[in-house]
Amino acid sequence: MKAHKSPRPKGVAFAGEALSQGQIDRGTALQTRFRPQAKYSWAAGQAMSRFLDELKAGRLIARKCYRCERTLFPPRMFCEECYRPTDEWVYIKDTGTIETFSISYIDKDAKRITEPIFVGVVSVDGASPLMGMMHYFGETTKEEIRIGMKVKAVWKPAEERTGSVLDIRYWKPIREARR
Amino acid sequence: MRKVACIGAGMTLFRRRLKETPKELCWEATRMALDAAKLEMKDIDAVVTGSAPDAFDGVHMKGEYYADGCGGFRKPITRVFTGGGTGVFSPIAAWWHVASGLADIALVVNEEKMSSCYPHAQSVFAHIWDPILDRPLNPNLVWIFAMEMNRYMTVHKIKKEDIARVAVKNKRNAVAHPAAQLADAKITVEDVLNSEVLAWPVQRLDISPPSDGASALILASEDAVKRLKVETPVWFSGVGWCIDSTMWTDRDLYFPRYLAQASQMAYKQAKIDNPRKQIDFAEPYDPFDYKELHHMEGLLLCGKGEAAKLTREGVTERDGDLPTCPSGGLLGVGNPIAATMGTKVGELYWQLSGQAGKRQIPKEIHTGVTNAWGDLMQFSSVVVMRA
Amino acid sequence: MRVAIVGIGLTPFRPSTPEFSWKELMYDAATRAYADADLDPRRDVQSFVTCAEDYWEGFGIFDEFVPDQLGAAMRPTCTVCGDGIQGLAQGAMQIQSGLFDVVAVESHSKASDLLTYPHIVQHALDPILNKPLRGHPNYLGGLEMDAYLRASGNTARDCAAVVAKNRTGALKNPIAAYGAKLTAEEAERSPPQFDPLRTLDQAALADAGVVLVLASERKARQFSANPVWLRGFGWGTDSPNLEARDWTTAKYTEIAAAAAYRMAGITKPEKAFQVAEVEDRFSYKELQHLEAAGLSKKGETAKRLKKGDFAVGGGLAVNPSGGSLGCGYILDASGLHRVAEVALQLRGEAGSRQVHRARNGVAVSWRGLPTATGGVAVLGVGK
Repeated sequence: MKAHKSPRPKGVAFAGEALSQGQIDRGTALQTRFRPQAKYSWAAGQAMSRFLDELKAGRLIARKCYRCERTLFPPRMFCEECYRPTDEWVYIKDTGTIETFSISYIDKDAKRITEPIFVGVVSVDGASPLMGMMHYFGETTKEEIRIGMKVKAVWKPAEERTGSVLDIRYWKPIREARR
Repeated sequence: MRKVACIGAGMTLFRRRLKETPKELCWEATRMALDAAKLEMKDIDAVVTGSAPDAFDGVHMKGEYYADGCGGFRKPITRVFTGGGTGVFSPIAAWWHVASGLADIALVVNEEKMSSCYPHAQSVFAHIWDPILDRPLNPNLVWIFAMEMNRYMTVHKIKKEDIARVAVKNKRNAVAHPAAQLADAKITVEDVLNSEVLAWPVQRLDISPPSDGASALILASEDAVKRLKVETPVWFSGVGWCIDSTMWTDRDLYFPRYLAQASQMAYKQAKIDNPRKQIDFAEPYDPFDYKELHHMEGLLLCGKGEAAKLTREGVTERDGDLPTCPSGGLLGVGNPIAATMGTKVGELYWQLSGQAGKRQIPKEIHTGVTNAWGDLMQFSSVVVMRA
Repeated sequence: MRVAIVGIGLTPFRPSTPEFSWKELMYDAATRAYADADLDPRRDVQSFVTCAEDYWEGFGIFDEFVPDQLGAAMRPTCTVCGDGIQGLAQGAMQIQSGLFDVVAVESHSKASDLLTYPHIVQHALDPILNKPLRGHPNYLGGLEMDAYLRASGNTARDCAAVVAKNRTGALKNPIAAYGAKLTAEEAERSPPQFDPLRTLDQAALADAGVVLVLASERKARQFSANPVWLRGFGWGTDSPNLEARDWTTAKYTEIAAAAAYRMAGITKPEKAFQVAEVEDRFSYKELQHLEAAGLSKKGETAKRLKKGDFAVGGGLAVNPSGGSLGCGYILDASGLHRVAEVALQLRGEAGSRQVHRARNGVAVSWRGLPTATGGVAVLGVGK
């Protein structure tokens, strides 16, 4: 059978013609552009609607599964382990432990930022072990922040809360009171 | 269970930005694989394709759009998508086409064109997060890796130097890969440690950047291998995959238990009960340097927290006792997500059939394992191959 | 080795489901299927397949968001970017490869969460050749309808009769969203939107979830006293290039049907089935699919339709569920819905729309615009 060869430079076993950012920016590489209209409005559903309402009220809420006896946070209407509906709403605390964190010098578009963002996962007291949420950390430094640090949520004032995870500004270290 | 072998492979260059369209990338990789297997498209019974987010290429249902580039014209073609796990998962889907008896010869083509997304493929990653729990915090993809890396390093007290060794090893290994985007013969641990901190503890040289590329494999049944008189078939001896809960903030990220489960599924089929001894080399998924270590442990090639030591001791060098990412991996060759099949399952094929050229592992090899990893630190696919 | 459907879960179809998140909708469909098969997914289901596309859902990697609500956490799970029959085929092959005995296949539509549906369909077009033409993508349906009618000899009036049959038939389907007592005359008077495609020729979107549980032959009877055998399945793709495509014949259906019939040992499809569910997302597609699947000969379809041959009680009941026109169009899940409705008929569980003595059925699917991709599944009960 005759092998079909695509036109590629001699001695180059693999196909592909690289382009530079400059060629794209200067328009010397022919390009076509399109911006899709992709808009969504997701129904929050049972679990998340209550979760958001409670955030607006300045509280964190979880769901309990009686079978495995876990207190699930973020709350969900079904237990993924037992595969059954969860049973009860349970308020949990707004204190917790840093399970992991990062100190970010880039924003969501990968642009450099001057003030680093402290972000990570906080497991919340009152929920089952390791049940947590991603959030910002504040009032701390890169020298001080560590896995295992005890933190407390700093809430926005009631009139600024909208029913969002951002109703919490950040979680700050719980410092022992000085005697 | 019908035996299935890989009988040919192809890939394009991996580059930050390629001129070719998704269809053309598929065509190039497919043609190369067909030529290697001495087949034509009429010999292919079914096609599988894998590609990661449609938003990169900028086409909804992109599998439909580039189907003709894969030879999917008037054939059964199916696209599978398990996030970053697709590079090793789509070959598994092709495997079951043959193992089930539906196809005698199947083609799998993976493609990624991250450069189409303007201004930067990063922006697509805003949409992999939960809209209520995560997105309002304006997260960057690098945060996921940074959080997982920090947890892993802290729990096992691993030094950044040892993690940086993986980037150095793979980028140096990639010098021997003709398709490599990021090969660097001279890179040192200092270079990695001095590179810009993006989201601590992740630094620029810890990461594989976005790429364009495509790769293809041809799979055949035992009957077809005999009929075609294939000289160097490389057999699939075990496949596995597993997904963990969506609730990633409820999981301990220090160990990828879903990978361990997928590995056990594959090892059971391959009759492997002592992976460290029975596996000759590995191509774990390495989008970040720490991920190679994380995945070596998830692949049960060493105990938890021990992968760094193996690396430090040179065990994972190409001439070591457990060569790991001899291809140069994602860190060295590039990361066009699903198309990394070429440096994962593709590399297993090329190594085990003795066709790896300058990358060929010097010791005798018979069994290799590879994994890919994807979704929200959540999914892994595993393939064990033998020759 | 044979594969059977042992569990069927269908949520009601509704124009919107604001009280449920997509996760909760999927949980509903899965719970119904597992209850139907009387199984515990954590113990009995070994693999999970979902059929989904990121842009229908609004996520970068939708696969992330599927396991928990299906019972799939820490289980082999994957997403197929294809329609329900393509997903079903993957599940069946996983079983036939010897890997698993029980696989769940899921698909859903939460179209009500998607605010810009026509734009997303448009986003599937070729970026260089077709996107610049802009316009509502359903013009492609109008073009195909025009080409098909001229080539087949069927008329726009015949298509209106399909609309009437399916919308009215849906009144007998408790889960349908768009049952309505419509006559062919009323459907014919519907204003043209993409001439000759009229408003009523196009199925309206709906939200719904579908889950089917597949089992290997050796396990099937553990879960179902009357398993519905998946005797054959196939799928195929014609050219993605609009310019190179056959506009008159559903070539993908011909390819899929040939494979499915060969697997099922069917040589005379026109006589083999009592019930058929064929995708009618646009009214003319029902006729086109019937012909491409060999269920009706070209030139005879209109006659048979007029005679009532395709109604419940006729020689071949076509879309007794009401089809997508009557139930609502649920995107890629519509293929799985077609299969589910055939399966319900073969089990004798189709209530007031039951086709008498239905023993063998066929489902024909299409992924919708702008694809030329679809599947065929042949189902049967008894030996």
